[in-house]
Amino acid sequence: MNEHTVKAFDTDIGQLRGLISEMGGLTEDAIAKAMQALQRSDLQLAAEVRANDRRIDALEAEVESLAVRIIALRAPLAIDLREVVAAMKIASVVERIADYAKNIAKRVPLIESEHRIEPVSILPAMGRMAAEMVRHALDAFAARDAEEAARVWHSDPPLDDFYDSIFRTLVTFMVENPTTISQVAHLLFIAKNLERIGDHATNVAEMVYFAATGEHLADRERGGGERD
Amino acid sequence: MTARNVHVHYGPKQAIDGVSIDIEQDKVVAFIGPSGCGKSTFLRTLNRMNDTVASARVKGDIRLDGQDIYAPEMDVVQLRARVGMVFQKPNPFPKSIYENVAYGPRIHGLAAGKADLDHVVERSLTRAGLWNEVKDRLSDSGTALSGGQQQRLCIARAIAVDPEVILMDEPCSALDPIATAKIEELIHELRGRYAIAIVTHNMQQAARVSQKTAFFHLGTLVEYGATSDIFTNPRQDRTKDYITGRYG
Repeated sequence: MNEHTVKAFDTDIGQLRGLISEMGGLTEDAIAKAMQALQRSDLQLAAEVRANDRRIDALEAEVESLAVRIIALRAPLAIDLREVVAAMKIASVVERIADYAKNIAKRVPLIESEHRIEPVSILPAMGRMAAEMVRHALDAFAARDAEEAARVWHSDPPLDDFYDSIFRTLVTFMVENPTTISQVAHLLFIAKNLERIGDHATNVAEMVYFAATGEHLADRERGGGERD
Repeated sequence: MTARNVHVHYGPKQAIDGVSIDIEQDKVVAFIGPSGCGKSTFLRTLNRMNDTVASARVKGDIRLDGQDIYAPEMDVVQLRARVGMVFQKPNPFPKSIYENVAYGPRIHGLAAGKADLDHVVERSLTRAGLWNEVKDRLSDSGTALSGGQQQRLCIARAIAVDPEVILMDEPCSALDPIATAKIEELIHELRGRYAIAIVTHNMQQAARVSQKTAFFHLGTLVEYGATSDIFTNPRQDRTKDYITGRYG
């Protein structure tokens, strides 16, 4: 894209995009570490994820004030306007994603028990899938790549299917091992959190698509949607 | 008002190249584009203001209510009453406020007697949002008013002859933000009663006052559409670059 005649405008937009990238990086890291903590019952790592969330919250506030400043001082139009608005919305969605990661980390100590619960081993694959969606959605934002955003959008149904299958597995496990119910219930929530992370990554993809093209992705291809 | 395949030359230089556009009765149309893109030239073809420029030649078809405004039998004075114009710099006559507004209706024979003329003056000044500010000093000189008031006086003068179309060529560029806001509010109020075409360099103003926007570049009409689309999701790369401040 051509540069603005007023170079400071490009600097502002660049800074805004930089903040989103930073938030995205920290959030991917939070998901990965939360899942690692779960897998290894690593309480220290789980505590680290919870502590790092504050930095992500602070970045969201920074994005918001920078976006407001750009709107006030630069009066952005067309793609610039869509991008600034998208950045503001994406920041709040990414902050939510990070909250889910934090919530997963919070559950790690509660699942702690003398004998390892076997179904824990099926969650990391789902975690990787959700984290990939987040990464691709934010890569699409960084590259202003509408097609990449559309691909992320299409990768949500497989994650939902994954969730459904984990749900059934966990319920079956609880029926067979009633003594583990309180711990496995946490795993259910974790699976749900990962499913929600995927939904939010889909939202980010929609915003990226709109910012880049001015069209709504959902209008282009109807289908999918949130599950409960 | 419709324009089809309009070309304008100033001597050997082509200023407008094949512009076609419809100006609808109940809409405000903004013409935007970089300096020298032809937007003012085009605006001026709509009431034959370019006739006053010796080297200017206009080709194409421009119609007002289906009537060819460049037809030999067209009375240009009459045309300019039907298609009024407001300029960048307020240009009231060096006469009283009353006379500035009364002049047009009088020469066009639109008022029967003094009482009727008084009524036209009051109505025009009211529509131009100036009546309350000047009603007690109608005999003061029009040039003694502030810039913003002078511009509204010029608008009152244009609407006094009951035009169908009002052309505005950067009507706010010499005004402060408050006076500008008053003119914009006035444009908003006049919409529906008159078709309005406004040339502006101020993109935010175009976005605020118009329902349709036309982007001109190098004498051509690059893009014409709903203002909300032009400013949020323009189709043409040249429009995108211009309105986002990436032009040239």
